[in-house]
Amino acid sequence: MLNIFIRRLLLAIPVLLAVASLTFFLIKLAPGGPFDADKAVSPQVLKNLNEAYNLDASEWEQYVDYMSGILRGDFGPSFRFPGRSVSEMIATGLPVTFELAFYAILIALLIGVSSGVLAALKRNTFLDFIPMAIAMIGICVPTFLMGPLLVLIFGINLEILPVSGWGQLPGDKILPSITLGFAYAAYIARLSRGGMLEVLNQDFIRTARAKGLTERNVVIKHAMQGGLIPVVSFLGPAIAGLLAGSFVVETIFQIPGLGRFYVEAAFNRDYTMILGTTIFFSAMIVFFNLLSDLAAMWLNPRSRDAS
Amino acid sequence: MKHFSTFLVLFFLIGCSSSVTPVDNGLEKQIFHFGNGSEPQGIDPHIVTGVPEHHILISLCEGLTIPNAFDDENLPGAAESWSVSDDGKIYIFKLRKNGRWSNGDPVTADDFVWSWQRILTPSLGAQYPDMLYYLVNAEKYYVSQDLPNVIAGLLEFIIKDEELSNYHSEASSYFEPDSLEDGSYVLLNNSNLNNILKLLENVHSDYELRKVIVTDDNDEKFIKPKDDLIKNIKKWNIKKLFNDINFDDVGVKALDNNTLQVTLSNPTPFFTGLLSHYSTWPVHKETVLKHGSIDDRNGEWTRPGNFVCNGAFNLKSWELNNKIVVEKNPMYWDASTVRLNEIHYYPVSNVMTEDRMFRAGQLHVTSTLPSQKCPVYIEENNPDLRIDPYMGTYFYRLNTNNSYLRDVKVRKALAYSIDRKLLVEKVTKCGQIPAYSFTPPGSNGYEPTTSIPYDPELAKQLLVEAGFDSENSFPKLEILFNTNEDHRKVALAIQQMWQKNLGIEVELVNQDWKVYLSREMVGDFQVSRAGWIGDYDDPNTFLDLMRPNRGNNKTGWEDGSYDTLVAKANSTNNQVERYQLLNEAEKMLIDNMPIIPLYTYVRSYQLSPDVKGYNPHILDHHHPKFIYLERD
Repeated sequence: MLNIFIRRLLLAIPVLLAVASLTFFLIKLAPGGPFDADKAVSPQVLKNLNEAYNLDASEWEQYVDYMSGILRGDFGPSFRFPGRSVSEMIATGLPVTFELAFYAILIALLIGVSSGVLAALKRNTFLDFIPMAIAMIGICVPTFLMGPLLVLIFGINLEILPVSGWGQLPGDKILPSITLGFAYAAYIARLSRGGMLEVLNQDFIRTARAKGLTERNVVIKHAMQGGLIPVVSFLGPAIAGLLAGSFVVETIFQIPGLGRFYVEAAFNRDYTMILGTTIFFSAMIVFFNLLSDLAAMWLNPRSRDAS
Repeated sequence: MKHFSTFLVLFFLIGCSSSVTPVDNGLEKQIFHFGNGSEPQGIDPHIVTGVPEHHILISLCEGLTIPNAFDDENLPGAAESWSVSDDGKIYIFKLRKNGRWSNGDPVTADDFVWSWQRILTPSLGAQYPDMLYYLVNAEKYYVSQDLPNVIAGLLEFIIKDEELSNYHSEASSYFEPDSLEDGSYVLLNNSNLNNILKLLENVHSDYELRKVIVTDDNDEKFIKPKDDLIKNIKKWNIKKLFNDINFDDVGVKALDNNTLQVTLSNPTPFFTGLLSHYSTWPVHKETVLKHGSIDDRNGEWTRPGNFVCNGAFNLKSWELNNKIVVEKNPMYWDASTVRLNEIHYYPVSNVMTEDRMFRAGQLHVTSTLPSQKCPVYIEENNPDLRIDPYMGTYFYRLNTNNSYLRDVKVRKALAYSIDRKLLVEKVTKCGQIPAYSFTPPGSNGYEPTTSIPYDPELAKQLLVEAGFDSENSFPKLEILFNTNEDHRKVALAIQQMWQKNLGIEVELVNQDWKVYLSREMVGDFQVSRAGWIGDYDDPNTFLDLMRPNRGNNKTGWEDGSYDTLVAKANSTNNQVERYQLLNEAEKMLIDNMPIIPLYTYVRSYQLSPDVKGYNPHILDHHHPKFIYLERD
């Protein structure tokens, strides 16, 4: 297991280098530069700005400079926000995005697994149809609709929750967490229902029942371990997706997370910021995929023994 | 499941207890909750540009004058009083004796001199040095500081352009690769400047002849020379500039601690108005230098704890993308007038979110309004809706280098076939005013006398005169705009009008903001959507734009007599005569129609009835010392 872990980690290095290099050259291909503004600056000023950020050097030179910078852990200064380094901005946004993703995944697991398992156990009854129908809606309704809807109901009509913010007003973390978690809850509900149905028909469950175990024990101790493997495999990409994809929720709820920096950097042609966040998110995706693969392996006795 | 429901119920209960909104709370504690659009780039007044930045800076720093809450005349700020010489060129500012920086240091005339030197230092990369170009020698100082670099850059540019190969050997004899920095060049000390100047002029005239026209599907697109530097360099006598202009030659001097003398090249009647623009505001020398050099863009002096300035408020905290808090500055000379204790600035970039925050009592004022909500709120008579006059014009740029738009008759035909009244009543629907001049009417008493008729018949006739009739129909026209629903709506309406009135087929092209900007910049467009908001309360902030060699002209229209008129207007000291001259210039502009004015902007936003002293202002400047919270 440790072997696999180390091998996969080493494999991540060339992947990240390729991501960094590709991004570096791709963003330069996009028309417009970081200092283009509504009120055009004079050519002299533009030249001085380009000099200040080393944009007047050749592409290759800039590339070498940048790559040697990131090897030292220096992601450079932000072009859009003078006086701020990219590392600093990532460090500011990251805890917020992590916290949001954590609550969201918690909500997704609680709702998703419980309703999925319930649906599997009460197959073809209302307890199956209703949660699964809701799950289908959850998958189909995009967060940019779900968020404002929840805000309208709970924030503006019922006036029981703040409509935006993060840690500013009591209860302001509830709606964004639910909005972000709900779509994933829906996936998880369907995955756990499917996984459970498959396991519940297998021989070892029949054996457990034959031993006279309570239904509760059968489900929790025996069925869920195998039935939830698809959910665990899904969690890796899901967490990575939550981290990188929280932009919409962060915008709707005015949350100071990393997602907003990421997307706005692209609009602003803030080269270093685009690069920094892209590399960072790639690293996160690689890492969480690896973690979920390992977890799934550990849960599944067949692959656990094989390794 | 059971635990989860308890957990949810608990959460909701916590939520219920918060029924006192920030707006209610703010009333009691005099905390002003301000929707500020987007995260400010920073708060260094010499580096940043933009509206959200201005909102924060106006509470943190103070220039010589400040905007008035009650009319458009500026009030004394850091300067207590000032006098102007008879020729209008020399200003003597008396600074307040009790003027203090937020750390207690006195604000002196030297602080202003140093601050203005800072923004005129090219290596700082400030974007608004030209706000001070009205000072004697200021532009020369800026250019001279940079001149060896500029010339090296020009020579390098010549060498890299293959079509200029006959100049390569001469150009390369004047400079050598920089030993310190790879890929850049330095000028050889012994180069003969006259020869270099000659070379540059030759290249320049060569360029003029060689205007590149790229043909692309019958659609001629004009590509400007990449580098306008050559044009600009012609204005300067290089040899003189090399004789080191130093900052003492620039028209700003500290006569004593409290007296600042400013010498202008021309009488500039709007000069005191310029002084309420943040690029002219002072920074605290010791603090800036403690965290970097005079030209350090990235110094950390603007961080909470480090930041020192002379405004009514001081920086308390700054959470990126979350909020900026400023608190009342006890050192401020007029602290007794200031009633607010804190202002919280929220960078809410999503207008719908901002609208919801306002409705839920989380904001006192919004930065803007979702445009689709404006007519609804007008209909509902929403008491929180505010529609204030604003010094801004929404217009279309015409690329006069385009082979069809080169003809002024075509440009006029396009302008005369637009029903502006219909546009503001049926499309924008938020109190906008049809525009018949480039400068919005009423800027500091200036009333443009131009008119643009809506006359489809005349327009059609003009198009025929230009050689386009039923047999030779006008080719398809493209309207370029940055991706935005509101711009699309306007473009759709114009498309309809041109189609209906002139029979011209119009295609709408929307582009990402930066792509749109760069296409405008290189002249790769036919018609492009534009907007301009005045920097100061004077028609010059508009009319200056269309002079030749101005980076924001972008239409390719250059008219020497227009330039002369505006220049002449700005060199007279008689405001009546000046406005007459500017009016003539305005008329010339509308006669040539390189731009088609569509409507005058309004500032539409929501304001809580608790907010007092937030009065309409043509530039949307609201000095926070006049603002307070009180419930009727």
